Amino acid sequence: MSMFLETLIGGLLAGTMYSMVAIGFVLIYKASGVFNYAQGSILLFAALTFVSLTDQGVPAFGAIALTIALLVLMAITIERLLLRPLTNRSPMTLFMATLGLSYLVEAVAQGTMGSQVRALDLGIDDLPIFLGDIMISQFDLVAAGVALTLGIALSLLFNRTRIGIQLRGVADDTRAALSLGIDINRIWQIVWAVAGIVGLVAGLLWGARQGVQFSLSLVVLKALPVLIIGGFTSIAGAILGGLIVGASESLAETYIGPFLGGGITPWFAYALALVFLFIRPAGLFGERQIERV
Amino acid sequence: MTTPTRPALELKNVSLSFKGVKAISELSFRVEAGEICALIGPNGAGKSSLLNILNGVYVPDAGEIILEGEHFSRMQPLEAARRGIGRGFQNNALFSGMSVIDNAITGLSRHSRLTLVEEMFRLPRARHEERRFRERAHEVLRLFGLDRHAATVVGTLPYGVQKKVELARAIVAEPRLVLLDEPLAGMNASEKQEIAAVIARLNRELKLTIVLIEHDIGIVLELAHHVVVLDYGRKLADGPPETIRDNPDVIAAYLGSERAEIAA
Repeated sequence: MSMFLETLIGGLLAGTMYSMVAIGFVLIYKASGVFNYAQGSILLFAALTFVSLTDQGVPAFGAIALTIALLVLMAITIERLLLRPLTNRSPMTLFMATLGLSYLVEAVAQGTMGSQVRALDLGIDDLPIFLGDIMISQFDLVAAGVALTLGIALSLLFNRTRIGIQLRGVADDTRAALSLGIDINRIWQIVWAVAGIVGLVAGLLWGARQGVQFSLSLVVLKALPVLIIGGFTSIAGAILGGLIVGASESLAETYIGPFLGGGITPWFAYALALVFLFIRPAGLFGERQIERV
Repeated sequence: MTTPTRPALELKNVSLSFKGVKAISELSFRVEAGEICALIGPNGAGKSSLLNILNGVYVPDAGEIILEGEHFSRMQPLEAARRGIGRGFQNNALFSGMSVIDNAITGLSRHSRLTLVEEMFRLPRARHEERRFRERAHEVLRLFGLDRHAATVVGTLPYGVQKKVELARAIVAEPRLVLLDEPLAGMNASEKQEIAAVIARLNRELKLTIVLIEHDIGIVLELAHHVVVLDYGRKLADGPPETIRDNPDVIAAYLGSERAEIAA
């Protein structure tokens, strides 16, 4: 029993790391209907910027503030040069544009800051702690706390503030939003900036775990099953989806793995997502698309 | 030389086509400040398209829009909102997953004076503006008797109440000109009378200029100061309701057998 609980808790905590990556996608998808392929590169860019700054001797808080400033600037630039000229184009066109953007961001990040693996120390001890006879990773616990805080902060932003109200308006009916004087371009800038900051948080935690390097941008591939399960338009869905993926992955590895010769973690989430696509294509919290004819 | 009174809105030879099909042809008319101007005409006459031109959703092929003395060859939706043009849509375009009060708050967007940074990091000015907007939205809900629904999700309300919410959202920002696309559609007789009374009151008390599309001729003739009749994108008649009622072209094209009822 304690083995089951330990596996479950470990999986849930690890799942929050997936949630954080997925939330970045949800924000942008909600506001503009774009699946932002560049989210991974932005995450890498943010983590790399932070590491480079701290390596130069900038204190951590200063580095975070500078990185955020850079991300806001980047969001404004992306909106001006990429999204605005492509307004009213098909989602596929926008998706392709973000594909190009991801290569650009990766190139700039690695070209200016190098491509070697960088260690990132957040000062969190990775010593296990024990609850009774259940072992829990302290790092995972901190990561889960950060993810939870982020989730709460974002849902307050969207449900209690005027930015959130406007954002939901744009997501619901763009034409009506425009006619009320909601500045859609401004909303996009804000959403991309917030998604960038979410990317920074996720990038720091993932970077601390596996080092800051190119492969960090691939963590987004793990966000895909999370989004399919939780739905592309819900932050709560992204959090729940991450928990489901994390828990089922680690339970499957422990209990099903031995029968299949182990090593099922890399693909299990995708198989699970496939099952969800059959049962509930919009995801747990996603809005079902109703086509008007 | 004295300057003549300036109309709130004037259209000069405005034309619009969709892929070569004429929707509106060389349309010209004036809307005086403070009047209720009704656009009537059969389906496909170009009424909704005209409203869409006025708030920048459609781009006209030719012609001029003169808004309070300023000339435009086209409007931009954001620009139109900022210049005080409010808009209500056919079949409602409320944010149905949001509460009534949040819908009303979105209506105030054009008054926002925040910078990106103030808004993103919720600096004091942003919080202050938010509080002001919320108060103002509550005021307007009270005006429409909607205050008890403030926290209700719009999509769960009956259609007639939703129509009122949309009207509230369109006027919360104190526009100078409001474009309403069939504000009475889908309502029963008593609801129609109620909304018509609200529209008349907004016009009278707030000196609001209103351009509206409506099919219920009885109400149009009661409510409007000025009627423009469209048919196949052309202007068929333009004048006070009394003259429209007796115009033989209008009777032939639009009023038809309803004429007898109106005269009675």
